[in-house]
Order: sequence, then C-alpha cells, then structure tokens
Amino acid sequence: MHLSLKTQKKLMPLLFLIPGLLFFAIFQIYPLLKGFQMSFLDWQIMPGRVSEFIGLDNYTRAFKDVVFGRAFKNTLIYTLVTVPGQMMIAMVVAILINSLPKGKTFFRALYYIPVITSWVIVSLLIRYFFQSPNGIVNYFLVEIFHLAASPLPWLRDPTLAFVPILVLGIWKGIGWSMVIYLAALAGVPKELDEASAIDGANGWQNFWHITMPLISPTIVFTMVMLLIGGFNVFISVYLITGGGPRQMTEVMLSYAYHQAFDFLDFGYGAALSYLMAALIITLSFLQIKLLRKPQEIY
Amino acid sequence: MYRRKKNFNTIIRYLLATAGAVLMIFPFLFMVSNAFKANVYVIEYPPKLIPDNPSIENFISAWTSNNFQLYFLNSALVALVATVGTVLFAAFTAYAFARFEFKGKEILFGLMLIVLMIPDMISIIPRFYLARSLDLRNSLWGLILFYIASGITGNTFFLRGFFESLPKELEEAMTIDGANPFEIFFRLAIPLSKPALATVGIFSFLGNWDEYVWALTIIDKPAKRTLPIAIYSFQGQHGTEWGLVFAAMIIALIPVLIIFISLQRYFAGGITSGAFKG
Repeated sequence: MHLSLKTQKKLMPLLFLIPGLLFFAIFQIYPLLKGFQMSFLDWQIMPGRVSEFIGLDNYTRAFKDVVFGRAFKNTLIYTLVTVPGQMMIAMVVAILINSLPKGKTFFRALYYIPVITSWVIVSLLIRYFFQSPNGIVNYFLVEIFHLAASPLPWLRDPTLAFVPILVLGIWKGIGWSMVIYLAALAGVPKELDEASAIDGANGWQNFWHITMPLISPTIVFTMVMLLIGGFNVFISVYLITGGGPRQMTEVMLSYAYHQAFDFLDFGYGAALSYLMAALIITLSFLQIKLLRKPQEIY
Repeated sequence: MYRRKKNFNTIIRYLLATAGAVLMIFPFLFMVSNAFKANVYVIEYPPKLIPDNPSIENFISAWTSNNFQLYFLNSALVALVATVGTVLFAAFTAYAFARFEFKGKEILFGLMLIVLMIPDMISIIPRFYLARSLDLRNSLWGLILFYIASGITGNTFFLRGFFESLPKELEEAMTIDGANPFEIFFRLAIPLSKPALATVGIFSFLGNWDEYVWALTIIDKPAKRTLPIAIYSFQGQHGTEWGLVFAAMIIALIPVLIIFISLQRYFAGGITSGAFKG
C-alpha cells in the first residue's frame, strides 16, 4: 500500500494515539459521563427496567442526609488531622536524616516501607494493633505507660473508632512527604547555611529564614497532594471500621460505596460521588493557582 | 571542645533517627514475629516480640491452603499484563503528544489532565455498570483493561515530558536516513527512555499488584480472586488465626520488597517528579 507522504504524515499521530485514546474514551470518559447521567436518575439495577429521571432529587437528598453530613465532617477531620500531621513529622524526619553524615539512603528506605505496603495489609495490621481488650496498643497504654486504667474498646466505640484510621493515615504517609522534602533539602545550597551561621543565626532561625523560603514550593506541592489524598480516604475506613459502629466513622467515599454496593442505590451513590468530584476539582484548581505563584517568585 | 560537642550531636541524631525508624517499622516487626508463631501463641498477652518456638508452619499452611497459589498467580498475571499494556500504550500516546502536531492536541491533553485530577473512586459505580455490560465481571480481563486505562493518563503526562526532553537531532537524522516514525520510536526513543519507562513500569506494577477496591467490586468468584482480596477474606475465615494472615501478608509483600530494594534508585526520582504517589 502506497500512501502519499502527506497522508502518511496525517495518519501517523493517529496510529500512535489510537490505543491510548480508545482506553481513555471507553474506560474513563464514558463512565464519568454515565455516572453524571445516573446521578439524575432513579437508577434501576435490573437490566431492562426503566430508570426514571428525577432531576436533582439525589442531590437534594444528599444535603438532607444526616449520615452524609457526618461522612463529610469525618472526611474533613481526617484531612485536617492527617495532612498537617504527615507534613510536620515528615519535615522533622527529613531535616534529621539530611543532617546525618552517613546512612541517609538506609534511613530513607526504612521510613518509606509503610508507603510501599498496600492499604489492605496496613489496615489489617492496624486492626490487629487496636484489638480490644488484648491488643498491642491497649497493652502499651495500660501496662507500660499507665495512661489508661483499663483497655479501651477501640473499634467498638463510635468516637474512638476513628483514632486508628487517623493514626494509620499519618503513619503510612510520612515516608512519602519525607522523600520529597529530602530531595528539596538537598537542593538548598550549603553556602547559605554557612553564611547565616557566621552571621550568628541559630538552627531555628536558619531553617525559618533560609531553608523554608527556598523549599516552600515543595511544601505547597505536598500539601495539595495530601489534601486531595485525604479527601480520598476510603480503603482504611472500609477495612478497619466499615464505617461503623452505627455509621459513625463513615467518610464520603465509603458512604457512596455502601450506598451503591450494599443498598444498590446507584443513582444516589453516583450523586454523592459527583459532589465529591466537585470538591476535588476545586482543590486541584486551587493547587494550580497556588503552585504557579511561588515559581514566579523564585 | 567544639569537636566533642559536634560528635555528641551526631550521636544524638543517629539515636533519634533510629528510634523513629523503629517506630515506623514496629507494626511490621510484630507481623513478622507473629507469622513465625504457631497459632496458639498469637493472642498471647502480654504480647511477645520474640517467638519462643519459631516455626514456618504458618507460611506452609498459608501457601498450601485456600487456593492461595492460584491467587498469587492471578495477581502476578494481572499485574504483569496490565503493566506491559500501560507502559506500551502510555509511551505510544505520550510520543504522539511529544513529537507530532495534530488538530486539538492541547485540548485533548488538557482533557486528560482534568480526568487525571478526578480519582478513580468517583467513577467506580458507572465503571461497575460498564464492566457488567461488557461481561467483564469475574474475569481477570476486567481487572487488566481497567488497570491499563487508569494507568495511561498519568503516565502519558509523565512520559510526554520525558520524550520532549530528548534531543530532536537524532530523530531528524534517522528521518533523513529514511526511517519511519515507528522505527524511530522503537529503535531510538524507547531505548533512550529506559529509566523513565522503568519508573512507569515499577509504579504501575506495584499499583496493580496491590489494587483492592476494583477487584473487590467486580470479582465474586473465588477462583478469580487476587491476593489483596484473598488476604482480606483469609482474615474473615480465620478470624483469630492472625499468624496465618500475617504469613499470607508477608508472602504478598515479598515481590514488593524485592522490587523496592533492587530498584530503589528509580523510586526517589519517580516520587519527586510528582507524578507518582505510593
């Protein structure tokens, strides 16, 4: 087959693009559009039955739904606790490891192990640690540190049950931010530290006035990534508490998932997902705005 | 005097770093220790870190029971095929964006970026509907195809940047010698991009190997389970036999650790580029 050079030139990009675009269109774009449509329907899961158009009913229902309100609040708490928690601990660890004359790679690898371990495994581990009454956490609280008189009923208590989820969220994420902070710290010129030390600055002043401004774009970057990750909390909740007891630890995604796959209310689940998507897209655009700024300054 | 103070400081730092590291891997120490305890000892109180009579009994029973080997194989197959697909198709797509001019290029790329922002969980309900319509439920293909699709977007973004950083001159020279774009892609661009492709491959493999939610959603048949699902249901069936569950978890972790330790240099680069999150 001989095609003219011009046709060939036009056809080439298409040949490269086709496989990727097919996947993109079928498995990404179509579900997003279908989900949007579902969110306006009283979706019938049995094939052949007609799903009625109910307008914004699924959305208005969400705003009146007490459990969804709680799921939103829990998601917010999770994000507001785990994001600063991860960032601060990761920064301290990164500064510490960066100051070691030898063995940086070794320590970096150790702190990174929770990050590469799957959510299923760490969730089960946390559940084991927070068992009651004879779990390891209870053992340390009662027998070693004497912080509690008797074992705490971690996973059975509506307020306490969220604690293991928060602990897991912080612990698993530290290594990720740490690796990024270490890379940023490695980029801070040594001469600047030395110069400020000669000028009589102490370690804290040095960090606050020299290091911080230089790595602030990195800090903003991790913050936004972690915020989005925080809103996405799901597997840990699903596996550690299942949203319980009495739906008290439900987060947005676990609630949407339960609506769809336990109560088979696909339309409502889709609407909840879309509310969540709106939140995340807003956050992402804020990121783009925030991230551009520091780059223009430096 | 100053020197001694400095040495003292360094020792303190090492002690702190070690204490932190112990805290970070503490749960894993318990996991390993309990996996080596024959089941009776696991609910012991107070908990013991060093087993009295270490045995590999749990590993043997985990490996030989409940179709565990089949699940391991399912996971390996799905992760490998999906990784190859992701790397190949993402590289193709990225190369088109990096080296060709076509109508609507930046609009299409922008659309991919917006989709990339939206987490997969958002569309899990309609994706389930799609999988059911395509008869992909309870099939490993149902996992593979969707894994490839979710991998392509982000990796296209990452690889486009990499391909654009390659010098154009070599490709122009090959064009003058009469090579077509496919030859240039396979004989020049791909070999030059090995580190970037390795990074994409590693993160795809680990993500696919560990993927839980989608597999949970579309796989009901026990014979089609992957390891994360199997481990979780293992815990359900053997409620208190944590030693067995931990042994199963360690077996699932071994490939991850091997990849992590042997390919560490690709990790830091992949993470700091911002394209991958653990």
